[in-house]
Amino acid sequence: MADGIRVLSLSAWFGSQRVLRNVFVNIAPNEVTAIIGPSGCGKSTFIRCLNRMHEVVPGARADGRVLLNGEDVYAPGTDPVTIRRRIGMVFQKPNPFPTMSVFDNVAAGLRLAGVRNRAALHEAVERALGQAALWDEVKDSLGKSGASLSGGQQQRLCIARALAVGPEVLLMDEPSSALDPIATAKIEELILELKKDLMVVIVTHNMQQAARVADATGFFLLGELVEFARTREIFTSPRDKRTEDYITGRFG
Amino acid sequence: MTNLGRRRLIDRLMRRLAALAAGLVVLPLVVIFGFLLYQGGTAVNLDFFTQLPKPVGEPGGGMVNAIVGSLVLLGLAGLLGLPAGILAGLYLAESRDRRLTWLVRFLADVLNGVPSIVIGIFAYTVVVLPMRGFSALAGGIALAIIMIPVVLRTTEEMVRLVPASLREAALALGIPEWKVILRVVVPTARAGMVTGAMVAIARIAGETAPLLFTAFGNRFWHQGLDEPIAALPLQIFAYAIAPYDDWHRQAWAGALVLIALVFLVSLVARFATRRPGGA
Ligand SMILES: Nc1ncnc2c1ncn2[C@@H]1O[C@H](COP(=O)(O)OP(=O)(O)O)[C@@H](O)[C@H]1O
Ligand SMILES: [Mg+2]
Repeated sequence: MADGIRVLSLSAWFGSQRVLRNVFVNIAPNEVTAIIGPSGCGKSTFIRCLNRMHEVVPGARADGRVLLNGEDVYAPGTDPVTIRRRIGMVFQKPNPFPTMSVFDNVAAGLRLAGVRNRAALHEAVERALGQAALWDEVKDSLGKSGASLSGGQQQRLCIARALAVGPEVLLMDEPSSALDPIATAKIEELILELKKDLMVVIVTHNMQQAARVADATGFFLLGELVEFARTREIFTSPRDKRTEDYITGRFG
Repeated sequence: MTNLGRRRLIDRLMRRLAALAAGLVVLPLVVIFGFLLYQGGTAVNLDFFTQLPKPVGEPGGGMVNAIVGSLVLLGLAGLLGLPAGILAGLYLAESRDRRLTWLVRFLADVLNGVPSIVIGIFAYTVVVLPMRGFSALAGGIALAIIMIPVVLRTTEEMVRLVPASLREAALALGIPEWKVILRVVVPTARAGMVTGAMVAIARIAGETAPLLFTAFGNRFWHQGLDEPIAALPLQIFAYAIAPYDDWHRQAWAGALVLIALVFLVSLVARFATRRPGGA
């Protein structure tokens, strides 16, 4: 039963500093959802709470419920490791493993989860690189170091690495903010393609990007989800004054 | 324009000074190496590497037992000290228990500052006395104790240098933390860790004091690890204070071989840790 992600009363802290306040939201399956807002408003924290990466930071904690297709990600006894396999993540700065080849980077998630079968690994790597629109560019240099690729290629390598383990959701934290316009366009094209297979939640500080790729958009301000609606609505007829101020560039 | 001229002048001056400073750093090494070559070069021959020491007064002979002895001692020390130092360093870098890591780090720094002769006395008390005899094992343990804090601190520093973003990338793939450390963090820090281990080996290769009452030295082949064993620094010391010219030459040759050994270790470390694609 694919009913997406339901977030119920999610709050998050770094030490005693509360950075998310009672967020409620339903994120639909097979859609791209964008998260926008001024920097420091809690966008990264919000998506990191979805796959339990928030708690990796010493002193950080979260409270509330996150239901992934009905299952509470924060239920007692739930192993964050299994959650992270179902909800993959791509970061702002491309971060391929520098000691590994292109192939090994993409295979890393499966290998370290215990997959040994070479044929299965090859198939998964080729599929993931294909999904990330990188296969044609690297198929002849799978043995090259992942760090030797261009920035845009590295980011697509990271996307392939996240896809290889077969997640149901892909979280992207400003995935193209370190890239040039052409590499950015490739990533956006790729996101629209990925939508057919899985949910995508993308944080972006670029409102045009949200308008181009997202079906739904949420606007965060000071740790609160101010407004969540269809992307077109957010950009043409926002209901909240603060959203309007932000998208018309009056602050942020 | 005069401003630019002055800046150019200062730039040239500073470049010269930096080059001079670099030269001054390398100079002692070059002088020592040249001096050893001059004094001991003639005594470095096939015999030196294949013969046992000759009885007192007889010319000729070599230091094969001391060369092999030093390798055995370094091997023992590495076998005991490297795993302990590396594991402790990993623990220090990864543990979130601030107080315990502070304590371990502090004790390691203290241990690093303990004079090596004191560590020799310690090994004498806890290994030589209960075993009722000097032994290669006691020497190896003394050297291992000297190595541990060096390896521990370099391992910790190198592991800490691994960018948090790599750790996060691995964790976000759904890889358990211990596997992230072993398969992503350690390989990334490997080059630095190997260098640290080599520095530690080089550091103990020349240690003499802690071997005086542990390995003790031996004019013949050692019969087992529970027996006294020869070592290059001990042999150099014994030959240098003896009244024979031939022995003096051999002591210089021993020093030359010791330095060459350290040099070789450093060189191997450099090549072993080069990543494909440079850097
Ligand atoms: N590792 C951290 N430790 C302490 N505070 C943090 C940390 N990361 C982020 N914060 C704080 O949490 C708030 C939200 O940050 P973040 O979620 O990164 O915002 P955004 O992604 O929207 O720019 C900010 O006030 C920021 O200063
Ligand atoms: Mg952010």
